[in-house]
Amino acid sequence: MITEQVRTDRAAFGELLSLPVAALIIAIGVAEILATSDAVMTFHAGVLILAAGAAGLWLLMRRMGGKAGEHEAGYNHAVVRAGVIASMFWGLAGFLVGDVIAWQLAYPVLNFDLPWTNFGRLRPLHTSAVIFAFGGNVLIATSFFAVQRTCRTRLAGHMAPWFVFWGYQLFIVLAATGYVLGVTQSKEYAEPEWYVDLWLTVVWVVYLLVFLCTLFKRKEPHIYVANWFFLAFIVTVAMLHLINNVTIPVSWTGTKSYIYWSGVQDAMTQWWYGHNAVGFFLTAGFLGIMYYFVPKRVERPVYSYRLSIVHFWALIFTYIWAGPHHLFYTALPDWAQTLGMTFSIILWMPSWGGMINGLMTLSGAWDKLRTDPVVRMLVVSVAFYGMSTFEGPLMSIKAVNSLSHYTDWTIGHVHSGALGWVGFVSFGALYCLTPWLWQRARLYSLRLVEWHFWISTLGILLYITAMWVSGILQGLMWRAYDSLGFLEYSFIETVEAMHPFYIIRAIGGGLFVIGSLIMAYNLWRTARGDEAVETIQHPESASAAALAKLPAE
Amino acid sequence: MTYETATSFAQIWGMFFFIIVFGAVLVYALWPSNREKFDRAARSPLNDDIIED
Repeated sequence: MITEQVRTDRAAFGELLSLPVAALIIAIGVAEILATSDAVMTFHAGVLILAAGAAGLWLLMRRMGGKAGEHEAGYNHAVVRAGVIASMFWGLAGFLVGDVIAWQLAYPVLNFDLPWTNFGRLRPLHTSAVIFAFGGNVLIATSFFAVQRTCRTRLAGHMAPWFVFWGYQLFIVLAATGYVLGVTQSKEYAEPEWYVDLWLTVVWVVYLLVFLCTLFKRKEPHIYVANWFFLAFIVTVAMLHLINNVTIPVSWTGTKSYIYWSGVQDAMTQWWYGHNAVGFFLTAGFLGIMYYFVPKRVERPVYSYRLSIVHFWALIFTYIWAGPHHLFYTALPDWAQTLGMTFSIILWMPSWGGMINGLMTLSGAWDKLRTDPVVRMLVVSVAFYGMSTFEGPLMSIKAVNSLSHYTDWTIGHVHSGALGWVGFVSFGALYCLTPWLWQRARLYSLRLVEWHFWISTLGILLYITAMWVSGILQGLMWRAYDSLGFLEYSFIETVEAMHPFYIIRAIGGGLFVIGSLIMAYNLWRTARGDEAVETIQHPESASAAALAKLPAE
Repeated sequence: MTYETATSFAQIWGMFFFIIVFGAVLVYALWPSNREKFDRAARSPLNDDIIED
């Protein structure tokens, strides 16, 4: 693939300025290694030195080769290409670990009695890999793609977007290896320890700056709605991350830290964080994807732009209050519980407003649902969004929650949102991006997209139906009393009753992994420029050339 | 300030705050002269290959 190269002094200066930064990071790493007696800290400082060293070496080689400040002309697509590759890689890893732990739950012998392969360590590895590594890379890539194009200006910064990309990969590696080696804050979705949190803060601030500076130099008077969603995602995640990680390290040379908040305040802060990780990471960010990629792929304008504005403001003002529904019947004051329940129910409206807006964007193009499996994937993702945002408020009603809480129903609910909504909308975006970014006329094979779609959909259905039955069964068994007022079932009896559903769930997850392997193969062949011989008509909007030819009006 | 005064203040003014914000969003979204801007914005992803710098 040949793209026109340009060189600017500002970009060259940015590369020069990055060298002392890399040297500083290496110095910090060396100081840690010399001072620490913690084996994991030594290892992580070594990873930091390697990463900064590799970056520094790469910059030096460019300088000596006379390539400093060189970059492709026009939009910055190179960093988005890197994001597509990273998304696919972490996606496969995260889905696979998820299926491994699903089999561990069905057959505990698969824990292998080793600390590193224990469910307790692999479970955060799975959740962080799929949410932060896969989801995060998809969000960074798609937001970088959409913001510069809808602002009609090149992404701000020369080194900064690359720092965001590689810095984020380093965050993932530090967090993931930490979990396997037993380093964790034990806060759900906020497991990384203090020093990894600090690194993520630096990366995230640069991400915010790149995004804001791109908006600032935009050539369009109006900021497109997808960018509002991406911006809300970046800003809110920064706020959540900082407040839920106010930790005091035992020592700057050790991995362990303690949170400043205590008791129920810590629980509330954690679930304010946890639920807004769902609301702003897994919802607002991916709605940005919906508002950009659905119109683009179906070649229709957003159904109602006015609705999208109401959708945005209503969603972000409501979501932030829903966290207490994770703490029903706990030490949390009753009014806070009721507040969380009320706002969760109110959320029904903005969620469905957005779902309707996404679906109705297909007005006049419903035939594409049959002819283009990528569109079908995007539409089914929005349908899953509607379904899981219906189920969520239902489960946040206290009476329902008294049955569903701590059961597999919650796991099923999360996965209908994660696999169905976040997964499928990401897959749709990646199927769109690959031919566009690698300058191809079409995907390698639409038939393989069909296979991916049906295998994964079947997998999701097996997963969530198994978890509904298992969760409600579990909840009912826990609350069953005999005639004397004693509990009817022991805990182990509930575990035994759930066993068949655990196997069905693991099979469903396995199908989802197979689907993603098909996708990885398809995207790899597409990037290579191969085209399978097939009778299906590839839509024009799939082509890189069509990016320029879409109706201008 | 007691617990009761703090919560009643938050409950009453919280409600007004939300109503006012929602009203402002509705007015902005439905303001007739904004129609042209929003119609143009709705097509924004469809013709974004022309970079202007």
